[in-house]
Amino acid sequence: MKQKTEVPQGTLALMVLKTLDVLGSLHGYGIARRIEQISGDLLAVNQGTLYPVLLKLEQEGAIASEWGASENNRRARFYRLTREGRKQLQAETQDWQQTTEIIGRFFDLKAEDLP
Amino acid sequence: MRPLRRFFTRLGHWATRRRDDDRLREEIEEHIALQAAENIRAGMPPAEARRQAVLKFGAVEAIKEEYRAERRILFIETFLQDVRYAARMLRKAPGFTAIAILTIALGIGATTAIFSLVDATLLHPFPYPQPEQLVRVEDDLPGVGAQDVGMSVPEWHDLQRSGIFEYVSLAVYGPVNLTGSSQPTRARYSGVAPNYFALLGVKPQLGRTFDPEDQTPGFTLEVLISDGLWKRSFAADPGILGKSLRLDDDLYTVIGVMPAGYHDPRRTNEQRNIEVWAAVGFAVPGRTPPLRNRRRTGAAAIARIKPGLTIAAAQSQLDALVASLQKEFPEDYPLQSAWTVRLVPLKETVVGNARQSLILLLGAVALVLLIGCVNVANLLLARASARGREMAIRQALGAARMRLVRQLLTESLLLSLLGGIVGLAILFCTKGFLVRLVPDSLPRLNDISINWAVLLFALVASLAAGAIFGLAPALHAGRADLTHMLKQEGRGSTGSGEQARTRRLLVVTEFALSLVLMIAASLLLHSFWELLNVRLGFNPQNVMAVRTWLPEPNDPKTDIYGTPAQEAPFLRELLRRGRTLPGVEEIALGNRPSIPLNHDPTQSPLVLEGREIQSKQPPLVETSSVTPDYFHLLGVTLQRGRLFGEMDNETAPAVAVINEAFARTYWPSGDPLGERLKLSPEDSFWTTVVGVIADARTESLVESSVPQIYTSLYQAPSQGASKELVIFLRGRLDPAATPVELREQVQAVNPELPVFGAQTLNDALSASLSERRFSMEMVGLFALTALLLAGLGIYGVISYIVSERTHEIGIRLALGAQSRNILRMVLRQGLGLAIAGAAVGLVCALIVSHLMAGLLYGVRPTDPVTFAGVALLLIGVALLACYIPARRAIRVDPLVALRHE
Repeated sequence: MKQKTEVPQGTLALMVLKTLDVLGSLHGYGIARRIEQISGDLLAVNQGTLYPVLLKLEQEGAIASEWGASENNRRARFYRLTREGRKQLQAETQDWQQTTEIIGRFFDLKAEDLP
Repeated sequence: MRPLRRFFTRLGHWATRRRDDDRLREEIEEHIALQAAENIRAGMPPAEARRQAVLKFGAVEAIKEEYRAERRILFIETFLQDVRYAARMLRKAPGFTAIAILTIALGIGATTAIFSLVDATLLHPFPYPQPEQLVRVEDDLPGVGAQDVGMSVPEWHDLQRSGIFEYVSLAVYGPVNLTGSSQPTRARYSGVAPNYFALLGVKPQLGRTFDPEDQTPGFTLEVLISDGLWKRSFAADPGILGKSLRLDDDLYTVIGVMPAGYHDPRRTNEQRNIEVWAAVGFAVPGRTPPLRNRRRTGAAAIARIKPGLTIAAAQSQLDALVASLQKEFPEDYPLQSAWTVRLVPLKETVVGNARQSLILLLGAVALVLLIGCVNVANLLLARASARGREMAIRQALGAARMRLVRQLLTESLLLSLLGGIVGLAILFCTKGFLVRLVPDSLPRLNDISINWAVLLFALVASLAAGAIFGLAPALHAGRADLTHMLKQEGRGSTGSGEQARTRRLLVVTEFALSLVLMIAASLLLHSFWELLNVRLGFNPQNVMAVRTWLPEPNDPKTDIYGTPAQEAPFLRELLRRGRTLPGVEEIALGNRPSIPLNHDPTQSPLVLEGREIQSKQPPLVETSSVTPDYFHLLGVTLQRGRLFGEMDNETAPAVAVINEAFARTYWPSGDPLGERLKLSPEDSFWTTVVGVIADARTESLVESSVPQIYTSLYQAPSQGASKELVIFLRGRLDPAATPVELREQVQAVNPELPVFGAQTLNDALSASLSERRFSMEMVGLFALTALLLAGLGIYGVISYIVSERTHEIGIRLALGAQSRNILRMVLRQGLGLAIAGAAVGLVCALIVSHLMAGLLYGVRPTDPVTFAGVALLLIGVALLACYIPARRAIRVDPLVALRHE
């Protein structure tokens, strides 16, 4: 079965961190929705892959979770960014920007630019 | 950092995995419900909305799997699974398991037992604070070939003032008469400088030790007693402090009791178990002040180096001090004697020669363990070929090779750990018995115990053993050729060529190791035999030595045996009474050094007439004082001149008898008869040599000629160590009754005298060999075990080869092969392995035997007879072990073998 999109794991984790950073405490579905909205079709299928990533981030201490009530008044698990997660997000954002910048420069490269 | 944290979180989750599964399910449900609600809001019918939500979520089971994988600690889980599986496999093959566990248990048990011995003697730190600062100070005179000649009192003071040491202490030894209780007893006594216990840093369990600053000359009349003496003679009286004790007719006050288990750091068992300590000032008012070159023979100086100073640094400072003292007192330290002072770590001097024996024992027992491992590896390989099909199928079904290797290793480790536990259990049960096997003479200040270090050793040894014997089979399993295995298995024949090669290699190793052990054991046995059959030069049969001790009060004026004129009548009376005892045919008296093989050499500095100048550092020679009948009683032969007679008494001129070694050393060309010498530089009279006796091994069984000199006991007043009087009896004696009867006779003369230490010379002879006997017996036992294991090993391999070739042998027999040919064919295979093993073993044995040359006597480390004999014996055992499967081979019924197909 060909998947519609391949989400690199690190990228998904970074999206989760950023989402939680911007929106505060959210449940799994909320995170999935938000990522779907922003990234278009990226997380349109296989939303479930989000959960192993959430578990991994939680084990690393980047996020914390607790039970709460969802909008339709059911028990749901709410995730929020920890202080450590915020630090991790900052570091990874910086890395990411650096990488894209370098890659971008390579893509912009034309033959006549070279000395 | 992050992976570690994840590990711990996972470890936590591992315990709560069920709850986590529930949580995930709940989250998934909630997610899908929210998505469905949203879909409905978008206008879908409810059923379709839910279906779309589930689709969008993805494969629930796969996600659950991924989720679980994220949470798991894989290696622990597989490990536990492997352990469970291994336990099941071992239970399914009880015979194999029992044999393997027992082999390992014996190996681990024996290795751990020897290790606990090594731990107690070599490894355990000295039981004193900062033991590395403790040294023994030995004075050597390499110029005259003398070592550890003892220290003079002025030298001792020099060392104390040198600033190199925190403390320097002298100690002298000897028994002392303890009177006051029902029977006068002898106690092992040590006179020590007052700083002795401060130096060692030992506190008493009761009272106090001596004041290290005490400068009292003579004795302080204060004593410390050992825990043993306190319990034995004073019923552990808590009010012992301040009570009086009569030692050699002087009254002493008990000021403290040393803790139980305290031992003096000394070489001999006797000196380690001192019972009474008195503080000695090493300066006696009213006697001549100590001379610089008057060495306290037998006085051993120990010292504690200043903190922060290494032994090497202290030694170099000491060398400078010695050089300046030599300049300051050229008279006392002539250049030719080349006086040096050497610092030896105290522990070294206590452990001494035992180190080599112990290391040999540890090596031997480790070899046994290794051979045991090889045997188990062989068993495992045999099993592996039986399980080849299982492994091949598992691999064909997709098991990773590493995974199989790991599982087999887990199985071996489980086996070895079980073996180790059983071995330790056996050790615990037989501990008391084993400790009694260890000779007393083995130096140890710590009790042999199974402590944490020993347990850790057993654990590591077990794991190492498991890794060693598990590796070969495990790697084989990992390397198997699948198609081949599966195909072959179908045909009913087993085993790959490579595996057979490994098994043969293992047997060769086993043989080589056994050969090394057996040669070591044979060499030790040979040495022991040589020592037992050495020409003694004296006859110990039917001779008993019983000791008494003439008291030596501190005030010379009250000594009733102080001069020859006072002592000689007592000696004659003793001889007269002793002769009347039942069974006594001959009787003689001597001082302590006259006991053959007593291992307590007392050396006196001698001055030879006409050579006073050279003998500024006088020769040191064993001196004994004996009554005339001593030589005849011991059966020593006279070579020249005459022996002592009754006329050599206290009023006659002093005479001496020397042995041939003495004559050879000091009068190599001339005639020693009529030559004169002084037994001590302070003597005012000359002693004339009147006779030369044949050399006898009275000092040490190992050395054939130690220079010795004998004086007449009637003429030599007993002094110091020679205050001990030995009564030699020859005849048909009752070892139980005679000492008692003798005590009555001695105490009829003087009721204050103790009678102790009755021993036949044969027992003394045997005791002097106890340490050698111990290591010989142990190595012998290990060698026999090794031989047995090697025999079993080759038996197993040949049996296996035979069973593998049953089909082939059947065909050969059917085609008309003679059973003799088959027998020869099988035996040849076994013989090849044995010879290869023996060849490798001989080379290794050569190396080992050279390393243990110091433990040998009368046999060269390369003794060809031993080497050839042992190799032949081993090959013989191999042939015997092969013969049984070979017989089975020729009894193969061709019909059955062929139908086997």
